[in-house]
Amino acid sequence: MKHIDTKLVEKKMGSRLTTNTVAKNVFLAATLFGLLVLVILIYRVVADSIGWIDFEFLTNKLSTDPEKAGIMGAISGTLWLMVVVAPVTMILGVGTAIYLEEYAKKGRLQAFIQTNISNLAGVPSIVFGILGLTVFARALGLGNIVLAGGLTMSLLVLPVVVVASQEAIRAVPQFLREASYGMGATKWQTIKNVVLPAALPGILTGVILALSRAIGETAPLVVLGIPALLIPLPDGIFDKFTVMPMQIYYWTLDSALVAEYANLAAGTIVILLLVLFIMNSIAVLIRNKFQRRF
Amino acid sequence: MTVSTFTANSAANTVKDKTESKKGMVYNTKDLNLWYGETHALKNINLEIQENDVTAIIGPSGCGKSTYIKTLNRMVELTPIVKISGDIQYREKSIFDKNFKVEDLRTHVGMVFQKPNPFPKSIYENVVYGPKIHGIRDKKVLDQIVEKSLRGAAIWDEVKDRLHENAYGLSGGQQQRLCIARCLAIEPDVILMDEPTSALDPISTLKVEELVQELKKDFSIIIVTHNMQQAARISDKTAFFLNGEVIEYADTDVIFSNPTDKRTEDYITGRFG
Repeated sequence: MKHIDTKLVEKKMGSRLTTNTVAKNVFLAATLFGLLVLVILIYRVVADSIGWIDFEFLTNKLSTDPEKAGIMGAISGTLWLMVVVAPVTMILGVGTAIYLEEYAKKGRLQAFIQTNISNLAGVPSIVFGILGLTVFARALGLGNIVLAGGLTMSLLVLPVVVVASQEAIRAVPQFLREASYGMGATKWQTIKNVVLPAALPGILTGVILALSRAIGETAPLVVLGIPALLIPLPDGIFDKFTVMPMQIYYWTLDSALVAEYANLAAGTIVILLLVLFIMNSIAVLIRNKFQRRF
Repeated sequence: MTVSTFTANSAANTVKDKTESKKGMVYNTKDLNLWYGETHALKNINLEIQENDVTAIIGPSGCGKSTYIKTLNRMVELTPIVKISGDIQYREKSIFDKNFKVEDLRTHVGMVFQKPNPFPKSIYENVVYGPKIHGIRDKKVLDQIVEKSLRGAAIWDEVKDRLHENAYGLSGGQQQRLCIARCLAIEPDVILMDEPTSALDPISTLKVEELVQELKKDFSIIIVTHNMQQAARISDKTAFFLNGEVIEYADTDVIFSNPTDKRTEDYITGRFG
């Protein structure tokens, strides 16, 4: 006896295909919704900033006169912040990842550390700001200088670097390590000569993504009391500073007083988005170029 | 020559004068037991392995032959749940002795793996990896080592014009011979081969087998193989492993023509495995 009733199948075929088409369109709409919002946002920001972004906008210092105001201070503040965040997260993040993947015995302690690193990644950024205020700004007496901001940001993005580096190290095939150990190499020689070079693209991708997060973060710096109305440019990591998102925040607040500030904020947003877009593209390029070599 | 001085020095503390007894023993395994967690993988292994022999280890999958060869250079301990009892002596010195560092052991005992595993570096960098690890920096010496090792592994003529190209551009068989060259570059005393031809085509297999015949003049070779014909072709002695035990260990001719144990006979005649 046959299970499949051909007549019944034919009768239901139409409605089955209709449901299929509906499902496809629902999912397409879900995807388009997010994209649409993004497009509207970018359109409005770009429209507001047209005519405001020019060479002087990038190179001028801050001014109360919207015509003369530039974001040089915010740009150099962001750069100095990276000077602290990049090396600190590299050393601490990659170091932690190497320890957890290569040295730590797989056991309860390792699992405990691992869980907490994942938890750390979920801690709201404002909490990191309070931590930075307590430890770096107050206890160590650094105040609201680049170093304090940079260390706070480093803690904030550290889990991203650790997790990305761990994944990159784990993806290095075991047979490469075996080849190295088999010739009498020590663990550190194996890590330095085989594991890290193979994992480097993945690690760099993680570091770049972490830096781009640090560039866009605002909340911890608000807590640290980073000023927005700062005219002198920072000359080093011990100077006071401001960054692009802070600039955007205060200009947006003050646009109630001076309408043109809204245009300045929009211009800064465009520059910030551009920087983030470039950084993320580099990360994607590195990832694609070095993917699956083994 | 600088290269040989280096070996003599580093080997001095562990290797007794090789010329003293013509056919010495490289490995002496005594009552070796090994567990992976609860699984008893090697049971009361007692084996004496002669120098300048090719010793083949045969047996069906899961019989412990790979585990055994990886125990000889302590690579098996990279698996954290391994427990070992008994002893293995290399040149009359326990490999588990605290004063005998694994790094030192592995400098005397090179290993060639089942799947060719060159580093994603140039052919040249692959060969000099071991010597560099052991502190050789002189470019001239390294160049000599590269030529000598690649010639030793019968691959020099194929790669001499592309030493600085990535090793991943080589065929599987060439990669495996490069791995053998890389192993020769640390001037080992013993070479462990864990099914070195199982991932290769018949022609590449033949080349590696011929190479093994050539290498036994200078090295002691212990080779795990799944392929009984290979064991018969290239080895002097054969050990038959089954379920973690050594069933029979004798001259290869004897094992293949006149085995004592019924199970050996069943295996080599293809009745199981």
